[in-house]
Parts: sequence; structure tokens; C-alpha cells
Amino acid sequence: MIEIDNITKIYDGRAAVEAVSMTIESATITAIVGTSGSGKSTLLRMINRLVEPTTGQVRINGEPTAGLPKNALRRRIGYAIQGHGLFPHHTVAKNISAVPRLLGWHKDKIHARVNELLELFSMPPDEFRDRYPAELSGGQQQRVGVARALASRPDLLLMDEPFGALDPIIRTRAQADLHRIQRTLGSTILLVTHDMEEAIQLGDQVAVMDQGQLVQHGTPAEIITNPATEFVAEMVGGVDRPLRLLSLLSVSQILENGTAEGDPLDEKSSLREALSVCLWSGRSALPVERNGSPIGRVTLEAIRSRAEGTHEPG
Amino acid sequence: MSRANFLRVIVVSLLFALVLQPEWFAPIFEPFTPPGAVVIYDRTSLLSLSLSHLGIVAVASLAAIIVAVLLAILVTRPQGKAFLPLSRTIANMGQTFPPVAVLALAVPMLGFGAGPTLVALFLYGILPIFENTMTGLSTLPPATMEAARGIGLSRRQRLIQVELPLALPLILTGIRLSVVIAIGTATIGSTVAAHTLGEVIIAGLLTNNTSYVLQGGLIVGLFAVLIYDALTQLETHTRKRLGVM
Amino acid sequence: MPNRIKSVVSGPGLLFASLGLVALFAPFLTLAANRIVAGEGVRVWDVAGPEAIIPGMVGVVIGLALGLPSAWQSVRFTGSLVGIAALVWLLMQGSTSLLEGAGTYARVSLGSGFWCLLAILLLLAADALSSLSPGPKMRSALLAVAIIVSALVLWSGALTDLSIFREYANRQDAFFNAAWRHLGLAFGSLVVAAAIGFPLGVYCHRNQGLRGAVLPVLSFLQTIPSLAMFGIMIPLLAWVGSTIPGARELGVVGIGFLPAFLALVIYSLLPVVANTVAGLEATPILTLDAARGMGMTRHQRLKQIQLPLGLPVMLAGLRIVLVQNIGLAVIAGLIGGGGFGTFVFQGLNQTATDLILLGALPTVILALISAITMDILVELARPNQMRHG
Repeated sequence: MIEIDNITKIYDGRAAVEAVSMTIESATITAIVGTSGSGKSTLLRMINRLVEPTTGQVRINGEPTAGLPKNALRRRIGYAIQGHGLFPHHTVAKNISAVPRLLGWHKDKIHARVNELLELFSMPPDEFRDRYPAELSGGQQQRVGVARALASRPDLLLMDEPFGALDPIIRTRAQADLHRIQRTLGSTILLVTHDMEEAIQLGDQVAVMDQGQLVQHGTPAEIITNPATEFVAEMVGGVDRPLRLLSLLSVSQILENGTAEGDPLDEKSSLREALSVCLWSGRSALPVERNGSPIGRVTLEAIRSRAEGTHEPG
Repeated sequence: MSRANFLRVIVVSLLFALVLQPEWFAPIFEPFTPPGAVVIYDRTSLLSLSLSHLGIVAVASLAAIIVAVLLAILVTRPQGKAFLPLSRTIANMGQTFPPVAVLALAVPMLGFGAGPTLVALFLYGILPIFENTMTGLSTLPPATMEAARGIGLSRRQRLIQVELPLALPLILTGIRLSVVIAIGTATIGSTVAAHTLGEVIIAGLLTNNTSYVLQGGLIVGLFAVLIYDALTQLETHTRKRLGVM
Repeated sequence: MPNRIKSVVSGPGLLFASLGLVALFAPFLTLAANRIVAGEGVRVWDVAGPEAIIPGMVGVVIGLALGLPSAWQSVRFTGSLVGIAALVWLLMQGSTSLLEGAGTYARVSLGSGFWCLLAILLLLAADALSSLSPGPKMRSALLAVAIIVSALVLWSGALTDLSIFREYANRQDAFFNAAWRHLGLAFGSLVVAAAIGFPLGVYCHRNQGLRGAVLPVLSFLQTIPSLAMFGIMIPLLAWVGSTIPGARELGVVGIGFLPAFLALVIYSLLPVVANTVAGLEATPILTLDAARGMGMTRHQRLKQIQLPLGLPVMLAGLRIVLVQNIGLAVIAGLIGGGGFGTFVFQGLNQTATDLILLGALPTVILALISAITMDILVELARPNQMRHG
């Protein structure tokens, strides 16, 4: 568990981050969203003390970070950034093993760990270990960057716009990969993004920052259905909100008994997809299947009622 | 007046005084003079030496600039493209030739006097300008070049209105390097009987008269520093105007 | 010229061939009654009998002709080698035959025709090589072969009749002393400048204020003309030698090796410091941020990230210094510092062209070899990803 306690950073008399407190549960993803200059990166960088807080405290599992030597602290925390920041003169294996080597792990253990991570990211070790970053595609570089950040099994993984440099299609895949790997490893991730869509997709919790302040912190559904301020509402994107909300829910949540005409939909599909299929094919109900066998149906009426739960704030 | 400009005024005044009224400095140079020797160089007027020195540098550099820029334009046109790799090699390897060696090798062909110095300064001076102009003209931002073509500028118009102005800061860097080397090499030119400020230093070395060495060294050093400074200012100015600091 | 021919014939090759043919009509060697007077030019077909001249001239023409096809760069390179071999053959034959019966003091020197042909053939070689763009290993091999073959030709004594080798034979010991002194000046000052400049560069990289103070001073020093700098070092060191007790005993005197050495060190500092700073700054900001974020200490970042990534730029600084110092060390000849400059200035005084050459040619060759070697090292130091492109 990471506790951020009333933390403030002042630059030249202006607060870049002002009295932010939040708690991050272990094995969850928290996405910090904000526009540029909102203080989200500064907040992130205060956790591994790349930026020293002016006042306030960060505790990892109850232990204040201020008391630890900076470099020892950073070696316990994974750090992945936009454009990956790989070392261009080191091979993939050497890049991934950077922190374990700093920690003085044994050679065999490092070798095994690199292979394990490469396999986890679907990059066959035999093929990729000895390549240089410039010989990889953008998506592969990004995966190596995340693998490097995870190498020493850190208590916490900090990610600053990790997908910022990727094109939309690779980006979607990378987000799915991260989600899968986080669920597999049970990592705790704190991720900074300017993209609300990304935050909603990835975050178990979403924290919205504006002008150095934490304006709202909650589940994606809370953020969408009940934005705390005008700014959050704007970030969530007024007219798109029902659709965003639907994208958080899966078909299985409003499954009803019965049958319907046409091609079936998997139960894991989002309601947004289901709505889209209804509208495109002109049907008012769709059959739903689990592992290829029909289990019920979903109706346009039911989808609509889920999307109507939203009210404008204030 | 800024501190830098104040310093410039002081240095320029000092230089003028050293050239025009060297006897003012006699008390300072006195301790460096061997007993019985002349304190202030009086074989030739320092003014005439300075003018001749700067004249040789100016003529050689001007010729080098014209030739180097024209050559660089030629090898960066489509017709001259075959010569581009060769030009790069010549510019790169040619600059490893020591300027003094070029000067010494010019003597057998041209005899003694200002001739070999002029030729050596000219030949050597071409290379840095040629190299920088070539780099400047072949590394222009593609988007700008595309736009220049897009608005319908002819090749000639593109060269005059877009390519050369954009390459100007780099060309000026080349000119600065070239001129500073020329000032130094012209000093050595006095060993082959060119009429330059090196004469004062050589005379001092030959007669163990340190005050001559200091006078000659100071004057030529101040000229070099001031000209370097002026060309740097010009360069900074053009860079700023183009917004490529 | 029709386009079809244009694409088959290399532009530079055509230029070299035409210039080469013209140069064949210029005096190839000169014959003089003694070492001081100006020689009489001798055209290539007059330097020896037809049995020696014809193979040589044919070799030169073939060499130039092989330079023409634009598609086959290795043929063009071979052409330059054939041409240069033919030139050496003509020199060997010509110098011996011209001296026959010309008197004891007669001298045969290299003429403008020879120099032009040599330059043209070397340019042909350079042009072909720059298109072949051999890798660093191939380039080292070529350089080594070139040095060994040249050494063998000189060693064999085939060219000893040429005036420049007469000059050499008359002062063999002095030549090797000068060579050692020249190398000592150029490389010694490089080592000292690197020992001072690298740490200074690292400090300048870390401390903006220090950089703002150091770099302008160093570029100011760099601007001072070499003769003035060497000249000023003399009184300065003489003063140190006479004021500081014990300094004179350590060899600190105003004239000779030390002032030249010191002047070279001062000139070397700017390229070393400026390129060290530039090299350390070559690391992308994101890479450095990642290194910091994963908990590398400042020392680890410097050693593992910044130094390896900046090495090519730093070595490029050393290349500048080395080439520059080899050239500037010539000036040491004027202030009794020794080196090849001694011959250059003696030659200028005596108007003995070949003595000037005896000083100038080794300097030029040394500078070229150093430049090529350093270029190879810079390329080898480049991190792999850049070499793979």
C-alpha cells in the first residue's frame, strides 16, 4: 500500500502540486489524469524522489520514503517513461537487467529473470536478448521499457505516459498487454496519462488532477457518472459520457434469458460494443454466448437504461 | 554600455595605441629588453605591417569565400552530385594538412614574398568554408524545401531566397574558422618574407629581444581575438534572426 | 554529353583522366646542377630510355582510364593503384638515368607533373573508396597495407637517387631525432591535455557557472596565432625558470622543447574540454531520466551511460587535437623546439626545396595517418545501434 500524505511541491513560489493525499492499494492500477501542467508528473516523480517534496510524506507499506537513501528507494520502485528511455548502447538483455545488476543479483538469476520477462511480453528470448534498442519496433521498445521497470519485482511501478509515443493501434495492444501482465503478477502500478480514455480503460482507480490539486479520486464509473467539477466533466467529455460508461460494463452484467436473431456476441464484450452492433445491424436484441455456446441475450432497451443513469453535476 | 562592450572598447583602444603609439609602452617592455637593445620595434612602422598583414588575410579570405561557396553550390546541385562524396573527402582530409606545411610547400613553386603566403592562405582557407557551406546546403529542413518548391520558386530562386540564407550561419562559422587560421598563418608568412606582423616576433626571436616578441604577439593576438569576436557576433545575429539558436 | 554515356562514365573519373593527360605534359622531374639552384624541367618521355618509359606511361594511362566507369568502384580503385605503381616505376627509372653523367652535385627533384599526377591518382583512390565506403576493419587493413608497401619501397633503396632522399641521407640521425621530437611534442601534449581536459570537461558539464567561465577563456586562447603563442611562452618560461627556485634545474628554460610543448597543451584544451562537455550532453534526456529513476548513482550514470554514449564525440575532440598539434609542432622548429619544423625552416633559409620537403612531407603524412586512424577509432567507439543504423 502506498500512502501519499498531504504532499506539496513549490517551484518559485508557485505550487506545482498542492496538498495532495491519496492511498493506492496493492495490486491495483491507479491512473492519474490531467492536462499538461496539472502537476501529475511532478506528483509521480515525488514518489521515487526524482523531485523532492516541499512538504508532506510518501509511505510505502507504512515506511516513509524520506528516510531511505534515494538510490536504494529508486531501485525498489520500477520506473517506465514515455519514449521508453532505453540505453541505446546496451542490448535488450542488458537493458532489462539494469536494476538487478545494480542490486548485485547473481548472473544466473539475472539470466533467468530476463528470459522470464521477455516471454511474458511475448518476445522470444533467443531472438531478442542480444538485439539493440534501435533494432526493435516502437511497440517492442516500449515493452522492453516496461520489462526493465519490472525486472527486480518492485513494490511499485511508476509509469509516466508509458504509451505516449506509440501509434493508436499498437497503443491499444500495449494497454491490453499491461492489463494482462498486471493481473498476472499482481503488481501495484501508478500511471500518469493525459488521456482520459486510457485512464478509464486501465485504471482500477482514476485520480484527476487540475492545477496542482487532486480534484477527484475514485473508480472509473464514479468519475464518469458523478464528476466532481466542471473540469472533470469536461475531461470525461460531456456527450461521450454514456458511451464511456457503457464501455466499462460487460454484456454479462445485463444478461437476460431468452434468444435473439443474428450473430452472437461473447459475454465479455462491453455494452458499448453491444450497442454498436445493435445499431449497425438494426436489431433490438443480440444473442450472447460463453465459450461458443448460447447463454441468453442482451436487449437495446437494457443497454439504454444502463446508460441513462447519468446526471449532469450541479 | 554592457560589460562586454566596455571590454571591447578597451581592447580596441589598446590595440590602436600599440600600433600607432608604441613608444607609450616603452616602460612596460623595458624589463624584457636585453641591455643595449632597442625597446620598441622600429625597423618598419607597425601600422604598415598591420595593414599589410590584414590586407593579405582579407584578399586571401575573400577569394577563398567566393571560390568555396561557388564550389559548394556546384557540388550540391543535381548535376554536381557525383562530386559530392569526393568533395567531402577532400574537405575532410585536406584540413589535416598543416597550414605551415602548405605555406612551406608553396615557396618552391612561387618563390619568396607575399605570393606564397597569399596562395597558402587562399588554398587552406577554402576548406573550412567549403565544408561548412556544403553541410549547410545539404542539411536544409526538408519541409522548408518542400514548401519552397510548392509555392513555385525556381531552382535559382530557391538557392538565393531560401537555401543560402538558411545555410548562412554555418557558412559564417566556416568563414570565422578560416579567417582565424589565416591570421595565424600570415604571421608565419614572415618566415618566407611576407610583410606581416610575424616579422616583429621573428626579429625578437632572432635577437633574443623578448620585448619584440611580446609586442608582435600582443598586436597580432588582439587582432585575432577582435576579428574572431566580431565574426562570432555576426553569426549569433544571423542565427537569432533565423531563430536557430 | 548524351545521357547514356553520362550514366556510364563517372564525372570525377572523366575530370581526373583529362587533368591527368594534361599533367603528363608538365615536367615530371627536374634536374639541377646542385641542391640550391633551380632545376631544369624534364618531361616524362625524356627521363629515361623508351624501354623504361613506355611501360610507365602506359601504366599511368591505364590507371586513369580504369577510373572512368562509374559503376565499378573497385575497378576505379585498382586503377588508382596501377597508376601510382607506374609513377613509382617512372621515378625509379628516371632518377637513376638522369643522374648518369650529370656530375657529382647534380640533383633530381620531383617536378610539378609528378605532383599533379600523384594528387590526381590519390583523389581517384579517395573517390572510389568513398563510394565503396569500407567498414572500419577494412579501412584499418588498407591503411596498414599502404604504410607497409610505402615503407618497403623506401627501404628497398629504389628511390635513393632522388634529391629529397639525398637530403635525408645527409642527416639521417637528425631526421630520426626530429621525428621522435615531433611525435613527443604532438602526442605528449595530447596526453597532458587529455589528463587535464577530461576532468575539467566533466566538471564543466556538472557546473554551468564553471562552463560559462572556462569555455570562453579556452576559445580565446585558441584564437591567438601560433607564432605569437610560442613567442610569448619563451619569456614566460624564462621568467619562471629564473624566479622560482629549482625550476631551472628541472629544465624550465625559455627556449627549446618546453615552451613549444606548453603552447601545444594550451591549444589542445579547447577541443578536449568542449568535446567532453558535448559528449556528456549527447545522452538523450529521457535515457538519463530513466537511469536516474532506476536508482543509478551519479557515478554509475557517468560511467555506464554518459561516457560510453559520448565516447565518439570525445574521441573526435582528440582527433582535432592530434591533427592540429602535428601541424603546429612544425612551429617549434622556429624556437629551437626541434621536430620536422627544423628542416622546414632550415630549408626555407637555404632555399633548398628538398630540405623543406623533408620536413613538410613527413608532417603531412603523419597528420593524414593520425586523422584516418582516429576516424576509424571514432567509428568503432560508436554504440552498436548507430552502426547498424
